[in-house]
Amino acid sequence: MGSENNLIISSRLAKNYKRNLIERMIEFSLLCSGIVAIFITLAIIYVLVSEAIPFFQHVSMKDFLTDTVWTPNYSIKHYGILPLISGTLTTTGIALIVAVPLGTITAIYLSEFASHKVREVIKPILELLVGVPTVVFGYFALMLVTPMLQKIYPDLTTFNMLGPGIVMGIMIVPYIASVAEDSMRAVPMAIREGAYAMGATRFQTAIKVVTPAAISGIVAAYILAISRAVGETMIVAIAAGQQPNFTFNPVESAATITSYIVSVALGDLEHGGIGYQSIFAAGLTLLIMTLLINILGHMVRKKYAERY
Amino acid sequence: MIKQKKASNLKDLNVIRKMISNHKKYDFMFAGLGTIVIASLTITLLVLFLDLVIDGYPKFNLDFLSNFPSRRAARAGILSAWVGSSLVLLVTFFVAVPLGVASGIYLEEYAKKNWFSDLIEINVSNLAGVPSIIYGLLALGLFVYSFGLGQSILTAGLTLALLMLPIVIVSTREAIRAIPVHIREAAYAVGATKWQVCHNHVIQYAYGGILTGIIIGMARAIGETAPVITIGALTFIAFLPPSPVGLEPPFINFDWLDAGFSVLPIQMFNWISRPQHAFHVNAAATGAIIIILTLLMNGLAIKLRYNIRKKIKW
Repeated sequence: MGSENNLIISSRLAKNYKRNLIERMIEFSLLCSGIVAIFITLAIIYVLVSEAIPFFQHVSMKDFLTDTVWTPNYSIKHYGILPLISGTLTTTGIALIVAVPLGTITAIYLSEFASHKVREVIKPILELLVGVPTVVFGYFALMLVTPMLQKIYPDLTTFNMLGPGIVMGIMIVPYIASVAEDSMRAVPMAIREGAYAMGATRFQTAIKVVTPAAISGIVAAYILAISRAVGETMIVAIAAGQQPNFTFNPVESAATITSYIVSVALGDLEHGGIGYQSIFAAGLTLLIMTLLINILGHMVRKKYAERY
Repeated sequence: MIKQKKASNLKDLNVIRKMISNHKKYDFMFAGLGTIVIASLTITLLVLFLDLVIDGYPKFNLDFLSNFPSRRAARAGILSAWVGSSLVLLVTFFVAVPLGVASGIYLEEYAKKNWFSDLIEINVSNLAGVPSIIYGLLALGLFVYSFGLGQSILTAGLTLALLMLPIVIVSTREAIRAIPVHIREAAYAVGATKWQVCHNHVIQYAYGGILTGIIIGMARAIGETAPVITIGALTFIAFLPPSPVGLEPPFINFDWLDAGFSVLPIQMFNWISRPQHAFHVNAAATGAIIIILTLLMNGLAIKLRYNIRKKIKW
């Protein structure tokens, strides 16, 4: 009798062993997929750094950071990243001047003023706009916005930073509005009701109570916007001209880090040449910039995070 | 005396009333401002899109879809571009979806809370913030030269898959996180293994949410231009890659993975860059097609998500 029982139990265990083996294998393959994310990050760093090292053996770090001319593909070669950074900062600045007020107003309006019905209509539209490809926005900048600006300011050249900057701003508004609105909606109703009970109006509640309470999320939205604008490629590649130009004047044409990479990639790339290496050096600079912005955002968020 | 006090009270009351009406004015003004901002934004974008459609209208015919690009704008079409886009997206889909869903499931259901799962999590959220052109550089250095895949459909598909991966992972995790624990516990109680719980219950309920993420990711991949330019996609291509399905056995071949290609947004970029107006018409038509495709896909995803939110009551 006892041995029979043992037999049943051992047969069950055997089955469990097989079952466990399959489980382990599945878990292992899922783990492998999870690790892919780490691999991609490592690969990005490895590729950028390993291609940029020969570049920096050729170009001193001092020249790279202080020279104000960037012409790696001409006969007289200069390797100063500053013109590309100035272009990037100028277009980003214009985009933020457009996007931050519009995005914040939209977020506050949707969260605090709009009726349920209006919000249900506008919110999906915002989400739709996030999906519009940037190459199409580039077309708008070059074919529509710049000609319109030229009517106001006739000296404006076909390629300038103002048009693409403004279009980039319009493109970013939905990002800011959507993220900031989410964080404002997350502020508990009780806090609002407290303000209303003291006789505050909607506007007072929105500005003095809800906005400070949601500030970490709103800042996160701005940070997201900055890193989108810095990394934005097609709008500037199409409409800002692709000529590196050390200037902060928005009516001039200039290249950004991203549009430089595109312009080199469009030409014939000689693998291993200095022009080829230069786009990786530019890419590494871009990655470090976005990384710094994201770290800053993380710190700001941590400092101002409100807990309820 | 009493009369005086009453008068001053009345005066105070008037001051307060005035204050209230002032503040209400701000209320009113801000509501107006918000309406104007949203309306003008919507109208601007609507005008831009309509303009695109009107500009490209002359090219909305079947010839445009069935012609190769050409030096003559009137005869140029997007055949190689849309075939290229479809094949690239096919690769992207089959790489990003299994990987993304699997790692989403791992992070939500399997991973223990420790430094390792934190590391993966930080990586996923960082990858979502990396500018898309950096993925292009990664692909150029790694896929094109180190792996020797060349400037092929496979390279482009893999590149876009890397871009899409964080989107799929995040949406998978969100979908899974929304499923209450008692569903899992019920399954465990009747003796299911972890994978049986995931496969038969968790994934079934999370299906809609995962699908939403996949659609949004694919819509983004259609419009992505910069990384595909960076790996060196050709802008002028007058041939089609070998067909993936053949009439003779084995019916499926993979030669197309190695073929050179162009995609819709690159074709559009190429036409915008030309000085002649006739090419700009082509660009507008291509842009309209891209926009309609992405808006339809995103719209579908948003509708899907809305339906899920409404339907599921735990």
